[in-house]
Amino acid sequence: MILSVRDLKVSFRTHDGPVRAIDGVSFDLKESEILGVVGESGSGKTVSLLAVMGLITDPNATIEGSIRYKGRELVGLPPRELRRLRGNEIAMIFQDPMTALTPVYTIGWQIAEQIRAHRGLSKSKAMERVEQLLAEVNFPNPHEAMSRYPHQLSGGMRQRAVIAMALSCDPALLVADEPTTALDVTVQAGILDLVRKLRAKHKSAVVFITHDMGVVSELADRVMVMYAGRVVERGTRTELFSDPRHPYTRALLGSIPPLTGQKPRRLPAIPGSPPSLLRLPQGCAFGPRCPARYEPCETGKPGLGASAHAAACFRVAQA
Amino acid sequence: MSEPMTNTNRPILETRSLTKRFSIGTRFSAEGRRTVHAVDNVSLTVRRGETVGLVGESGCGKSTLARCLVRLYDITDGKLLFEGDDITSKSLSELRPLRRRLQMVFQDPSASLNPRRRVGDLVAEPLRIHGKVSAREITARVAELFELVGLLPDHMMRYPHEFSGGQRQRVGIARAIALNPDLVVLDEPVSALDVSVQAQIVNLLADLQEKLKLTYIFIAHDLSVVRQVSTRITVMYLGSIVEEGPAEEVFATPAHPYSQALISAVPIVETTPAGARKRIILTGDVPSPLKPPSGCRFHPRCPIAVDRCRSERPELMEYRPGRKVACHFPTLT
Repeated sequence: MILSVRDLKVSFRTHDGPVRAIDGVSFDLKESEILGVVGESGSGKTVSLLAVMGLITDPNATIEGSIRYKGRELVGLPPRELRRLRGNEIAMIFQDPMTALTPVYTIGWQIAEQIRAHRGLSKSKAMERVEQLLAEVNFPNPHEAMSRYPHQLSGGMRQRAVIAMALSCDPALLVADEPTTALDVTVQAGILDLVRKLRAKHKSAVVFITHDMGVVSELADRVMVMYAGRVVERGTRTELFSDPRHPYTRALLGSIPPLTGQKPRRLPAIPGSPPSLLRLPQGCAFGPRCPARYEPCETGKPGLGASAHAAACFRVAQA
Repeated sequence: MSEPMTNTNRPILETRSLTKRFSIGTRFSAEGRRTVHAVDNVSLTVRRGETVGLVGESGCGKSTLARCLVRLYDITDGKLLFEGDDITSKSLSELRPLRRRLQMVFQDPSASLNPRRRVGDLVAEPLRIHGKVSAREITARVAELFELVGLLPDHMMRYPHEFSGGQRQRVGIARAIALNPDLVVLDEPVSALDVSVQAQIVNLLADLQEKLKLTYIFIAHDLSVVRQVSTRITVMYLGSIVEEGPAEEVFATPAHPYSQALISAVPIVETTPAGARKRIILTGDVPSPLKPPSGCRFHPRCPIAVDRCRSERPELMEYRPGRKVACHFPTLT
């Protein structure tokens, strides 16, 4: 097991009162497995992975629960220790590649710096490795690209450079937070293809965060659907897409317009909008928007249960 | 959204070889003054009651074209006709009566709504500017508009920040339809919204179109949303139209290799094994419109390009009524 998260809770103190961004998230990740995490804004998908990376440094945040990486507890680990893991064994890709690149150094220098910091290679050896990496992420002219600055590259190329940087130390775990959201579909297709190939080659475990059900269906082995800080459904890709159980998952899948076949006259839309974490409804957070709600949903929060394909819903538990 | 019967209708908006160029840099910058051909020779006909979907990658000129269509940008070359009337170079005061009939909805509703004004006021604003009606009439009309777009009457006294993204976009839409326009240009109206809210707005737009007999020009990068709302599709690449046709037809049997790649790249939910769907992965990025490639502008990324494509630029040809493509070797069905 690469990663094992148990009952993770993250809360923030804010001006408007305490906010629980993550409320009891648990999941496991095996070697060379791709876990897709789907959710809308505020669902907690990003915060839960920032917690895993030890990147929540806000003094107003409290993190509870357990995050084990290869059996080693990460919660409470001193920043020095964490830094040794991050970038080396655990790598991360963000939505906007410019947050990971500095504008004042060349791409080649930036990737080499990381390799030298973690691996202690000589400068020339590191540069050789950079060229290999850039070729691997399909830069047409890797040698020339090394001397380019980030602003000289297109969005897709920058994201590829960041992926090359993330892969530079052969990470066992790669966390990708909406890495293709800002890109065109044509470029996205190339990046998804790349992630698939790299998983096969480097055996990295990947956590892929997105709001796009289509992307998850293209890429993930297992899927976790989040809503208002909790996991509402999890299962393998096939289980989740051929037999979605949670009303939210079903509704979300139903509201996507089809790309082929008959156009529906109207889309089956979900009423309302995602709740604010400051004012979560009593009982099930999806309750107010749920077509299947009944009395138990008003008061209790449904649990996920232990089975592999599970949905946190009283209706499902009852069936 | 009604089916192609509308084809016999007269055009509401027409462009003839519309071109928009921007100058960038100064003569002192490293490369000197340069010209970007953002929209290049676009001839587009929009008929009453239809929805024309504009698709293409970022930088293909679809948003620039949209802004030219409502004269937010000055047009460099070519003609823009509204109901047969040439409005290419009309002055702002001459345009004012037209503005009422030609409206636009933007991507980010919070950027287009003044945060210091109550939303009731914001929706009333176009009525005050164009309507010359009494305060009582305005209040009644605002209430009517709120109901049309699915907002509650007591929302009128609130400020934009008190709304969710979806509700804010409803306010943006209410403003756009306040003056009973004929044509609404929608630039990425659902892209900034949460996935679970997008369908509501897509449905709202369809309802309004039916009730108010609106014509839409719809721009979005989400192709499945575009297919859902559009009767016709126009695919753009590097400032020019490469393919045009009825929405479902273009999606089912795209003729241009670029349209094929674009549509095949859309990730869709499927239960067959991952990666089973045949897809064309384009290499390289959209070239810079500063230095467009010779010949067919798509040739450097085209999987079927030959020598002829490098030297000779294909014209946009109508190979079947209502179906156009700009390619030397289109896939015709």
